[in-house]
Amino acid sequence: MVGLRFEPRDTPPGSAALRREVRAFLAEHGRGWTPEVRGRSWMGFDRAFSRAVGARGWIGMTWPRRYGGHERSAMERYVVLEEMLAAGAPVGAHWIGDRQSGPLLLRFGTEAQRMRLLPAIARGEAAFCIGLSEPDSGSDLASLRTRAERVPGGGWRLNGRKIWTSFAHLCDWMIALVRTAPAERDGPRHAGLSQFLVDLRLPGITIRPIRELTGEEGFNEVTFDDVPLPEDALIGREGEGWAQATSELAFERSGPDRILSSYPLLAAAAEAAADPVPIGRMVARLATLRAMSLSVAGMLEDGRSPAVEAALVKDIGNAFEQAVPERVRDLLDVADAPEGLRRLHAYVTQVAPTFSLRGGTREILRGIIARELGLR
Amino acid sequence: MREDDPGTMLAEQVGRLLAERSGAATLRAVERGEWPAALWEALEGLGLPLLLVPEAMGGAGLGWRAAGPVFQALGRHGAPAPMGETILAAALLAAAGIAPPPGPLSLTANGGERVPWGRHVRHVACCDGETVALCDAAGVTWAPGANLAGEPRDSAPPGGVVRSAAPVPERFGGEAAAAALALLRACQMAGALAAALDLAVEHAGTRRQFGRPIGRFQAVQQQLAVLAGEAAAAQVAADRACRAADRHGLAGAAFEIGCAKVVAGEAAGAGAAIAHQVLGAIGFTEEHPLHHLTRRLWSWREEAGTERFWAARIGREVQAVGGAALWPFLTARDEDDDTTP
Repeated sequence: MVGLRFEPRDTPPGSAALRREVRAFLAEHGRGWTPEVRGRSWMGFDRAFSRAVGARGWIGMTWPRRYGGHERSAMERYVVLEEMLAAGAPVGAHWIGDRQSGPLLLRFGTEAQRMRLLPAIARGEAAFCIGLSEPDSGSDLASLRTRAERVPGGGWRLNGRKIWTSFAHLCDWMIALVRTAPAERDGPRHAGLSQFLVDLRLPGITIRPIRELTGEEGFNEVTFDDVPLPEDALIGREGEGWAQATSELAFERSGPDRILSSYPLLAAAAEAAADPVPIGRMVARLATLRAMSLSVAGMLEDGRSPAVEAALVKDIGNAFEQAVPERVRDLLDVADAPEGLRRLHAYVTQVAPTFSLRGGTREILRGIIARELGLR
Repeated sequence: MREDDPGTMLAEQVGRLLAERSGAATLRAVERGEWPAALWEALEGLGLPLLLVPEAMGGAGLGWRAAGPVFQALGRHGAPAPMGETILAAALLAAAGIAPPPGPLSLTANGGERVPWGRHVRHVACCDGETVALCDAAGVTWAPGANLAGEPRDSAPPGGVVRSAAPVPERFGGEAAAAALALLRACQMAGALAAALDLAVEHAGTRRQFGRPIGRFQAVQQQLAVLAGEAAAAQVAADRACRAADRHGLAGAAFEIGCAKVVAGEAAGAGAAIAHQVLGAIGFTEEHPLHHLTRRLWSWREEAGTERFWAARIGREVQAVGGAALWPFLTARDEDDDTTP
């Protein structure tokens, strides 16, 4: 028997009260959000908002108190995240730190690295970006060529180039996956990679924003030219970068950010639509996806590694997110819709192609599922 | 769901029994109009009919969460017997205080039109809004019919013998039979999709073209990954509806049951198409077992409310709630402790 098992998981007791707190906060802060801000979802970058979220204790929620965390459960964190996304809140300035960089440092960082960075992330003050893709390395990430070399007397020298790095021009830190040893002929391609904490103010770093099709600048090309990294810039163990970077993929791929990117548009269209059928189809799918995402969150909380389940949730979640702007066109004549809805639809239509690219393309995810099915 | 859940354990027993005793020959015989007496007795022997009947009335006293995996197991094997219908009919009768009679049962919400397995069952639970009636099925002149999969869907003239009738409790609601059948069909579709995935993956691993198994081609792998996703979504939607039925009662779970019927119905269409594409010409033959699954998938998505029917209901409910209140509505469905401040 093949196929994957998704056991039902409830949100914890007290979730309703927590939701009310978050909703009140969002109602207060969300008054001025334009349709474009809501459409941008977790790719909206607003440091003041992130500091306000941090002040409420909603960043680093599960981390130990000594690192600025709040020692709440993973499922409580889930509740807060989905409330933020449903409202179209601009969470981008703390999203990566909370979702990826913080947990990575908690797991593999030194005590000094944790003490230095985690409290700042939890306050919503330290913004992180992820340095993975390179001009010649996208889905085939192991082929990356940016390299860090040991410098006599301590420290590292970083050379190379990262690209498509979201918000590098606005962030404080990058966690970069780079080569510290050449790939050996016939050896594993993932060997010799290491993760580094890169202070984006260091000399030798050139950050060039890349204009996107929306006309905005979100992602960047980041060039490293003999960048001097201190000894303690290495995260975890030298040569273990691939294993470290992929260990958190289940967290990254199964969250509510993989199903709710276009939710504000769905909600706005539901209000304006005449035909209930497409609305019902979308809501049925959304409610099911949410149950699947919660199921994976439950497995993660139980200490399991549902990497394939997470890939599957991301694949069908992205397909749903992308279908929303298309389905909405069946619901109503978008060209004649009220201005706010029209702008929201226009914006989501433009960014929807990224949903199945970021964080692992559709093709890579389906390859992971196919491997689980025993086909490769 | 844990391994030692009664539903999971029962479903495994059902699966083993059907794998051993309900092969292609039985499926074909039943499609020709025979009654699978031996298979029925064996299924009855597992104690399935009274699964949802309270212990006080001699039943197993289990809930929808336990019944769900059993329904999925029945769907996985295309079980050619009205065991799902019998479980539902017994549950509705017992809920109204009527002792479920022995033997195969069916249920209807629309006055004797296209009653599942009508000609083969002994009694039918006839639901008419607020009342459920225990009606004789034997001795009735059934006009035989069938769905695409050859499963009996028979019609009877009005005015059969009613043994007893009683009000349906509020928790089951005025649409109890329709909701229960929709839940059953959603669960069966989830099971059949899992089985279709198995067949397609097995074929892709053994059928060789261009010197290698066709499953080595990315184009085929990507399609099977989509099928796996659809099968998983159908299963999750069905599980969620069963949990909601335990939590809110059948009447209160119409939203989740509708979601399950929509998602499983969409998955049935998309999943059957992929399975057939992967199986190629052999999958289109009567000899190959795939059609026992796909013809059922195509049938079950039409029965007990199509995707369009349930989506319209969900959509109207959502529109009544309004866009701004939709998110609180969705989250509150799954959180018992939600109270308005």
